[in-house]
Amino acid sequence: MDRPAGFSGPFVRQRRIRAGPNAVSDADLSRCVHCGLCLQHCPTYTETGLETESPRGRLYLIKAIAEGRIEATPTAVGHLDLCLQCRNCEAVCPSGVPYGRIMEGARAEVLANGRTPLAWRLRTLFLREVIARPGRMAALAACLRLYRASGLRWLAERVPYVRDRVVLAPTVSGPTFPPKAGVLGRPQDKARGRVALLTGCIMPHAFGRVHEATVRVLARNGFEVVAPPGQLCCGALHTHSGDRPTARALARRNVDAFVEANADAIVVNSAGCGSTMKEYGELLADDPEYADKAERLAGLVKDVTELLAGLPLEPPSGRVEALVTYQDPCHLAHAQRISSAPRYLLSAIPGLRLVEMARPDRCCGGAGVYSLAHRDMSLDLLDGKIQDVAATGATMIATANPGCMAQLEAGLRRYRLPGRVVHVVELLDEAYGRSPDGV
Amino acid sequence: MLDFQVVTNPALIRDLRRAVGAKWVLDAPEDLIVYEYDATIERGMPEAVVLPDSDEQVAAAVRIARRHNVPVTARGAGTGLSGGAIPCDGGVVIATSRMNRILEVDPENRLAVVEPGVINLDVSEAVAPYGLYYAPDPSSQKACTMGGNVAENAGGPHCLRYGTTTNHVLGLQIVTPEGDLLWLGDKTPDPPGYDLTGLVVGSEGTLCIVTKIIVRLLDRPQSTVTLLAIFDEVDQASRAVSAIIGQGIVPAALEMMDRNTMRAVEEAVHAGYPPDAGAVLLIEVDGLEEETREQADSVRALCDELGARELRIGFSLEDRERLWAGRKGALGALGRLAPSYYILDGVVPRTKLPAVLRGVYEACDRFGFQVANVFHAGDGNLHPNILFDERVPGATQRVLDLGAVIMRLCVDAGGTITGEHGVGYEKRNYMSWIFSEDDLEVMGRVKLAFGTGGAFNPGKVFPSSKGCGEVSSRMKGAIAKAGPDAYV
Repeated sequence: MDRPAGFSGPFVRQRRIRAGPNAVSDADLSRCVHCGLCLQHCPTYTETGLETESPRGRLYLIKAIAEGRIEATPTAVGHLDLCLQCRNCEAVCPSGVPYGRIMEGARAEVLANGRTPLAWRLRTLFLREVIARPGRMAALAACLRLYRASGLRWLAERVPYVRDRVVLAPTVSGPTFPPKAGVLGRPQDKARGRVALLTGCIMPHAFGRVHEATVRVLARNGFEVVAPPGQLCCGALHTHSGDRPTARALARRNVDAFVEANADAIVVNSAGCGSTMKEYGELLADDPEYADKAERLAGLVKDVTELLAGLPLEPPSGRVEALVTYQDPCHLAHAQRISSAPRYLLSAIPGLRLVEMARPDRCCGGAGVYSLAHRDMSLDLLDGKIQDVAATGATMIATANPGCMAQLEAGLRRYRLPGRVVHVVELLDEAYGRSPDGV
Repeated sequence: MLDFQVVTNPALIRDLRRAVGAKWVLDAPEDLIVYEYDATIERGMPEAVVLPDSDEQVAAAVRIARRHNVPVTARGAGTGLSGGAIPCDGGVVIATSRMNRILEVDPENRLAVVEPGVINLDVSEAVAPYGLYYAPDPSSQKACTMGGNVAENAGGPHCLRYGTTTNHVLGLQIVTPEGDLLWLGDKTPDPPGYDLTGLVVGSEGTLCIVTKIIVRLLDRPQSTVTLLAIFDEVDQASRAVSAIIGQGIVPAALEMMDRNTMRAVEEAVHAGYPPDAGAVLLIEVDGLEEETREQADSVRALCDELGARELRIGFSLEDRERLWAGRKGALGALGRLAPSYYILDGVVPRTKLPAVLRGVYEACDRFGFQVANVFHAGDGNLHPNILFDERVPGATQRVLDLGAVIMRLCVDAGGTITGEHGVGYEKRNYMSWIFSEDDLEVMGRVKLAFGTGGAFNPGKVFPSSKGCGEVSSRMKGAIAKAGPDAYV
């Protein structure tokens, strides 16, 4: 790329985003023709009205930093940081700009170049030292469990000043999914196949019930379900935060663990994790030892709804009499482009009435640890989402990602609304009458 | 280190912040830089961006800018295609994105009052429960704002039958250069006195800033049929266009896309266009049930006669939307063919379409650029998109030269230099091809009568050798190349 004549400066050379190993490619960036068709699909743009908080604006900022036209100042980095990475823009972009990949690369460069805001660095530290480590994760989960069980949460959420500050902290209740490896479920009759389940970092603690339902539903549909030993957090949160070294380390461990399992498919019931695992090939493309394995493995990854909707589904025997609305997880609808599979599964449940909310694929504001890092924006988005949900009259919100579930649960508590937040497979499981076959 | 200069005027920023709140005034270079573009290839940096929340705040911002003697440029969503929202003389950009309320819907009187930041499609969605809609439908209607539509007198596929924005605006609230709020027109269809509303629509932000818009709404047609006809050659499709209109049918829309466009669209939306087809026509007829069925039958027969290799037809909303999907996303999809495109907006008499299109392809060949044509064939409104890579040194200049040649082709064929995108910045110097000195003088007097001088959107519409200095010499070069009689 030509630089303007007479343009030099040592610090500029160092801070060019394309300079680093996480290089955002010129080809990716130049795909944006700034037509603006992404704008109305961007939650942060529609909330603020600021071009700086739009996909087109952020791409332009990344480009301007890469070209050395502006520096990666706290202001510029702040605009990149306020992005939810919901990838709604990517799904509607007529030009096919790979926004998710660009934003992840840009964040990796920002983080690698050492001018990252303190909050961002602390977040990265937390993700690397707690979320990525099962033992510490369990300890954190125990604290959160106590926080809820002791009634402290109840209290904190009723104190006006404190309420908004704590409401988005994830809830941990219900039984922890047993951290055992090996065979989790077997079908009654002959097996249709063998699938490996990603258990993940927070799911076993916060949503163990979803894993249990997943295992039962898969077994009921003829799958042997195994949990490969040695698997770790998928690294999605680390990738999104720009911590590629940690993400790659986790990805390599998981590639080893899941290759070993030798399953027909890798089943993920968390949309964010599924999206990242499907992109393992890209993440490890520069690793000669892992690139091929990662690519092959990525091809086996299936969201649980994707897998089930592709089967001749075992017809549910029981009924679930409920008015349900479905929230599209961003990483399912936009990153994985799966939106009809979960709806198909819901519609297969006798008694269940699905009522669509306005803009079901608009981000709820959860977005991984976003809700903790950008509380105000997260709450604004959540408020809008709960209004849309309330307008449907539904008593249940179904979705397919733990981050969305935690966020929507917080939303219901915040508005003291009755209702339940469930994973799609939980409803299917209920419809199967919690049949004991398999577990 | 910045490769551009930001003129800082602390007093201006302070006054603006006082008027609209600190949060809604941007002055950091890394914030301003994202307001230097729109959907064209032009660039211009503002020195401040203001995001007012009300008409009063707009008026206040205008007063402040005037006091500090800096120009004001209004900006909607920045989807414009003539550089209209680009502050080419710096100054203050007033972005209307927060003024996005639909203030009133009056179904009995078939009208609505909206703020300038309202998205075009949102108007139709808001009035849909009453069986009404807002007719002008630019391809960017999911993103573009009503204020921008008014400024550029935006068109769209359905303007063939229903007219452009100017036919659908009843009244406007504006801010004058003095910073006063006043109403032009009202809710009646034909108010007495001068049609100042009509004067402001399409004035490209050079006369005033629009802060409220009264729009006319139409009843949704009883029945709509969309046909898609695929042809082997562009020429066949062009002849079909003339034949359809020659039969006395005025379709609601009559659109054409050529092979390159179809290739991009196919990648983006998988519309199922055959890769070796030369052109596709999209024809929509609407009205009463019987009438549309008859017209659809005639259109089908005509296309068959003229050698259409495939015809698809859509009656239901879903089927019709599927047929339209390719057209609506066509422009953005061009990013799949090349990193940049330069979109032209010329108009020629319908009968000249085949000849002018041939001329366009020849000129692009001569300059060594690929071109993708996607346009409103029914009203002869061409949109050749020149595909290029702006990172190649000198490419932008050659593309602009080529653009001038194509514009000249249109003018020579008895056409004009813009159908709906506006003159803006990039085509201002072509104005003298179609207007005499006297014509331009009269227009200049209108501007004087509004008292704007260079206060609003300077450097637009009027031919000028000054302004964005470097670029106007660039334009001169382009025009010189267009032909010896370029300045007739």
